[in-house]
Amino acid sequence: MNMRTPLKNVRHLGSAKEGADHFWMQRVTAVANLVLGLFLVWLIASLAGADYATVKSTLANPIVALLLAMLIVSATIHMRLGMQVIIEDYITRESTKIVLLLLNNFFAILVASASVWAILKLSFA
Amino acid sequence: MVQLTLPKNSQITQGKTWNQRGSKGRWKQFSIYRWSPDTGENPHIDNYWINTDECGPMVLDALIKIKNEIDQTLTFRRSCREGICGSCSMNIDGTNTLACLKAIDDVSGTVKVYPLPHMTVIKDLVPDMSHFYAQHRSIEPWLKTDTPTPPIEWKQSREDREQLNGLYECILCACCSTSCPSYWWNSDRYLGPAILLQAYRWINDSRDEATGQRLDDLEDPFRLYRCHTILNCTRACPKGLNPAKAIAELKKLMVERRV
Repeated sequence: MNMRTPLKNVRHLGSAKEGADHFWMQRVTAVANLVLGLFLVWLIASLAGADYATVKSTLANPIVALLLAMLIVSATIHMRLGMQVIIEDYITRESTKIVLLLLNNFFAILVASASVWAILKLSFA
Repeated sequence: MVQLTLPKNSQITQGKTWNQRGSKGRWKQFSIYRWSPDTGENPHIDNYWINTDECGPMVLDALIKIKNEIDQTLTFRRSCREGICGSCSMNIDGTNTLACLKAIDDVSGTVKVYPLPHMTVIKDLVPDMSHFYAQHRSIEPWLKTDTPTPPIEWKQSREDREQLNGLYECILCACCSTSCPSYWWNSDRYLGPAILLQAYRWINDSRDEATGQRLDDLEDPFRLYRCHTILNCTRACPKGLNPAKAIAELKKLMVERRV
């Protein structure tokens, strides 16, 4: 039997005094994704039908490689933040939540590092 | 996980039909959620027929008529019957609203009446509001100042007073909060649209000197940031207020004080 007052339950552990950073980062990466995503669309369109050697020489250009790497970083941060919110929304069991939040972080880092490695490989090959 | 199906003892069954439609007049069927803690039975839907020619225009008029003339056991809250006390908030025709402001004629076919969604039911259409009220208490909804109180009154310019329009009218009926999926899933920690609108009402008050502290108390992944701009709150508000905008303003202030 829970004999705590409603106010005790509401105040609980108090405010975490964070969240604005998460909110702001989600917006910053959204803007970056928009700009860098348009660049990616343009790049794919202009390379449509091109052979491997042409793609490699295009990615050898440091500006192209850097923009692509930045898109990967921005998109995976955005993905991680968004998925974190979904997990917090729907998973109420604390242990499951912690495990999923950990996996979410690892997955985002895995995707980011594998993609950046692929870009670097093409760029420097 | 989020619970998407009702537990066995909450599954709604078909109840009884208390009376039949008459031959004369304009008759309307009301299907109303019934549950009593005393019987140990599952909740059920009871049906009532009302001659709307002999009834006031609002759903609350029909509920009062049912209680007076057909079924005295029907339990609901009501007081002012003119949309200012917020007592008769319930789910009518699939939307959270005040029974006293919802015209019977605005509902086509059977009028379905349920308690506010995702609240613990005390009986029939009466939900337990104690957690909601405690959440309101937690944002300290009163003027907080450090400057010594002036002899007559705290003054406010006309422009500053206008900043409170669209906020002070909230009657805490909880129609918005209980229409919000984020509040359904996380009401233990998320404050919900009604309370956040009230919080913004005090943060936006030119006389209040605790703005920063109020923002500190709200800055929390759950208290504030469970709002995902679903906008059910704004659609539901029977007073035509915009809690979603108030929450957006709070989020803006959170960013403004750090960039």
